[in-house]
Amino acid sequence: MEELLRIMSEVRPDIDFETEDKLIDNEMLDSLDIVAIVTDVNDEFDIEINVNDLLPENFNSAKALYELIQKLQYE
Amino acid sequence: MIRNALEYLEISAKKYPDKIALEDEHEKLTYTEYITKAKTIGTYLLKRGLDKYSNKPVAVIIDRNIRSIVAFMGVLYTGNFYVPIDYTLPAERIQLIYDTLDPIAVIDARTDTGKAVEGAIDFTEASSGADIDEELLKKVRSEAIDTDPIYGIFTSGSTGVPKGVVICHRGVIDMVEAFGETFGFDDGMVHANQAPFDFDVSVKDIYNAMKNGGSIVVVPKRLFLMPKLLLEFLVKYKANTIIWAVSALRIVSDFKAFGAVEEKPDMRYIMFSGEVMPIKALNYWMDNLPDPMYVNLYGPTEITCNCTYCIIEGKQNELKALPIGKAFVNTKVVLLDEKREKAVTKPGDVGEVCVGGAGLALGYWNNPEKTKEAFFQNPDITEHPSLLYGTGDMAYYNEDGNLVFAARRDFQIKHMGHRIELGEIEVALNAIPFIDTSCCLYDEERSKIVCFYQSESDDTKAIIKFLSDKLPKYMWPNIFKRYDRLPMNKNSKIDRVKLKEEIRK
Repeated sequence: MEELLRIMSEVRPDIDFETEDKLIDNEMLDSLDIVAIVTDVNDEFDIEINVNDLLPENFNSAKALYELIQKLQYE
Repeated sequence: MIRNALEYLEISAKKYPDKIALEDEHEKLTYTEYITKAKTIGTYLLKRGLDKYSNKPVAVIIDRNIRSIVAFMGVLYTGNFYVPIDYTLPAERIQLIYDTLDPIAVIDARTDTGKAVEGAIDFTEASSGADIDEELLKKVRSEAIDTDPIYGIFTSGSTGVPKGVVICHRGVIDMVEAFGETFGFDDGMVHANQAPFDFDVSVKDIYNAMKNGGSIVVVPKRLFLMPKLLLEFLVKYKANTIIWAVSALRIVSDFKAFGAVEEKPDMRYIMFSGEVMPIKALNYWMDNLPDPMYVNLYGPTEITCNCTYCIIEGKQNELKALPIGKAFVNTKVVLLDEKREKAVTKPGDVGEVCVGGAGLALGYWNNPEKTKEAFFQNPDITEHPSLLYGTGDMAYYNEDGNLVFAARRDFQIKHMGHRIELGEIEVALNAIPFIDTSCCLYDEERSKIVCFYQSESDDTKAIIKFLSDKLPKYMWPNIFKRYDRLPMNKNSKIDRVKLKEEIRK
């Protein structure tokens, strides 16, 4: 989780990813942020987040994204 | 001969009165409705005092909607030029733009204006609040010439003040004529507009569609978060032409979105620019959509969108760089040596891309120093004035005579599709009370802006808070490294070479 928070803060240092849970719903992240985060997450965690995972519920918070990562690692 | 870009609208409105010209999520307009609204806005503005001015800037507060485009044309009917302004930018930056621009009027074209901007003219009021005065509009046109400004677009400036590039009607006319001739555009084109209207990539959608009697569909911004929905949108709206930033095309390829949709969009043209297109991404598009014409476009805002193009025939070798190609018709492109004195012609030798021709910008609004620096006399011509613009991009000719981008000669970078002067970020950083000095570098490999700063306190959050009042989000550094003392070189300047090595580690 720490690694994920680091990745997300590098892309958007202005957001407090530990508490924020409406990243998509409140339009806090834009598409370029998502691409940057997904690219780094795929590299660091050796997974492939695919287009069907690109849903608001998976990106609304760091916690949700971390759950997705764990699910993909398990698969 | 076309002398004013509005003539394209007038010709297409005669030829295709009932055809849909513009469409977004909320509304659509036929060519007749488009021109009627534009002329109404023109008349409204002229009667509200704009008839006292010509060739002066009118700010248009833009949105991802077709009203923005109609407002632009309304401004042109007054004989003045438009400057798109994005109100999601920090207020201080908007103020800097206004300080330089001193607009004679502001039109708010946003669908949901939220908090009204003081003194701004509302779009709905302007587009319905007057009866078209053809005589008045005719009189304005009779005084127009093709070197009159058509729009201004602000870009990052190294001293901390954004520069307003001013383009003339002739430049836009020259661009659309060259595109039509080179790529065979026609009235069946449906442009899926991705580029925000304060980016000149959108100029290609607006005026090519207008000239050919094609149509524009404005793609909502949020779809670029969800590539599957984006492809479905393109199918639904029967879009067949994409003129996008590389980063937008990558959203589809990075997520392999074609695999998730049942029907693929029926594309005729796929054109991209803004940064180097990764071959892997391009090949993914070509695998899934083999039929459209793929074109790599290159050029700075200062030459009216683009100066070179490269039509890509089939999938490319991933190890080779994609060329930026050859000059468009009626456009001069030369490589010059470091002193901008001699042409570089030998294949493989690197020189600065310098451009000239009818598309050349008139200069930077209200900024003679920067204009003089960037626009200079062509060294090959000594007998009469002839200007070139130095792009700062270094390139070389490959064996086929195509230009290939190599590097930048200065501290300008392309980050997330945006043209950014690292110096502008440094100016903002150095204004923070607890920062002694700073240096920003770009980590190309990871696409991150790295900030090295000298300070006693280590407070990234406070830095970002300061920056968020001054700079748009895409200009904020991604990585911060604090130093007690930044390394200096022999000339007592920050040692950028050494810091660059830090990044490589």
